[in-house]
Amino acid sequence: MKPAEYYQRDRRLHPPALTPDYKTSVARSPRYSLISLQQSVSEVTGPVFGHNDIDPIDNDLIKNYATAGDPIGERIIVHGRVLDEDGRPVPGTLVEVWQANAGGRYRHKKDTYLAPIDPNFGGCGRTITDEHGYYYFRTVKPGAYPWRNWVNSWRPAHIHVSVFGRAFSQRLITQLYFEGDPLIPHCPIVQTIPDPAAIEQLIAKLDLNATVPLDSVAYRFDIVLRGRRSTLFENRLEGN
Amino acid sequence: MPQTLNYLRETASQTAGPYVHIGLAPGAAGFDIYRQELGHDIAGPNAKGERIRVEGLVIDGTGSPVKDVLLEVWQANAEGIYAHPEGGGDVEEGFRGWGRVITDFETGEWGFDTVKPGPVVPRAKMTSGVRQAVRESHPDWMGRADEAHAPMAPHLNFWIVARGINIGLNTRMYFEDEAEDNAKDPVINLIEWERRRATLIARRSLRDGIPVYRFDIRLQGEDETVFFDI
Repeated sequence: MKPAEYYQRDRRLHPPALTPDYKTSVARSPRYSLISLQQSVSEVTGPVFGHNDIDPIDNDLIKNYATAGDPIGERIIVHGRVLDEDGRPVPGTLVEVWQANAGGRYRHKKDTYLAPIDPNFGGCGRTITDEHGYYYFRTVKPGAYPWRNWVNSWRPAHIHVSVFGRAFSQRLITQLYFEGDPLIPHCPIVQTIPDPAAIEQLIAKLDLNATVPLDSVAYRFDIVLRGRRSTLFENRLEGN
Repeated sequence: MPQTLNYLRETASQTAGPYVHIGLAPGAAGFDIYRQELGHDIAGPNAKGERIRVEGLVIDGTGSPVKDVLLEVWQANAEGIYAHPEGGGDVEEGFRGWGRVITDFETGEWGFDTVKPGPVVPRAKMTSGVRQAVRESHPDWMGRADEAHAPMAPHLNFWIVARGINIGLNTRMYFEDEAEDNAKDPVINLIEWERRRATLIARRSLRDGIPVYRFDIRLQGEDETVFFDI
């Protein structure tokens, strides 16, 4: 068996481009249908990252920007595996995260929310999955914050997650939410996803077994990338 | 009840949001945290081929530049080989073929330096008619491509995310000065509307002796760029 194409993306579980309740999507959504490509080498390959690209401290958001003590907030561990749709681990892939601080404020020149910047919190991290596809970060739980969609719109607490996989066709950015957050069903960005089970899959679960006693609570978040077909038989060539 | 298949389902996409820079380009968000940010050097110092610059705007449905967009590019080297175990061979030391670029927050202009890629041999099968055409026009390609593979014209693969974009958009950039290869390219020819094919062709000019390719991406409206489901 030889690896072949990645499974077709099930676009019915992903948000469509145009989602009017999330207002910014209206002017930024293509109106024509996507043109479906049979994957070529351009789509089944993608960038490869190694441990020379990053530093060990990069996955510790409690320490990677702090200069005068730890950041304020609820100390948490976020951990899980990157898998494909066949349940196989995706080892050696780059996972990048970014988030607001415990007060819901981002360290970004464009964020003007009145909650204060935390001098000891940068808000980004990155790591590379191990041979079992496993990854982990340490951070503080981000706060909810208001945003201008409707006048009274609030984002549930969330961490942005970027994953590469092995192929450009597996590239994915998503957001991690936290179990029990009452803002989730009210969020127009969450609700761009038409499939309730796909929303559930974005909610990290409290993982008491992985907590560090007297130190940090833990949440588990597995990420699933597209799986890949195998060539079982050589197919007849078109045109022959 | 028949047996169950037990496939997992892909994690759903969510917008990268307005603060994507914090995670993927923190210097642009206004702070210095990592030893090195990734994606700044696409080709590396040893890459063969023509050094080029690629620039453009991403334009929304109102005709305004999208100033908080982030683009990633994935490309082959000048010999048409990707820096990947399945990329078709070895690449120059330091050639990654992947880049990440954000815009000027005031103007929305983005740009990066790289090398021009070569034609790429895809995995897709080709018909005998295309094979004959390739054999006549590019006898050198047929040596590398076994006869079941038609070459693709030189191209850059783009992935575009931003606030308001719910799932990353994939497109390709082709080169104006490769008109002959573009005319035979299997992906360009898949686009039924000839008028829309032009949205993928970057315009070439020279600035200080360096070729600059202009590639404006229109998310919506007249001349909406062709986006692909890959």
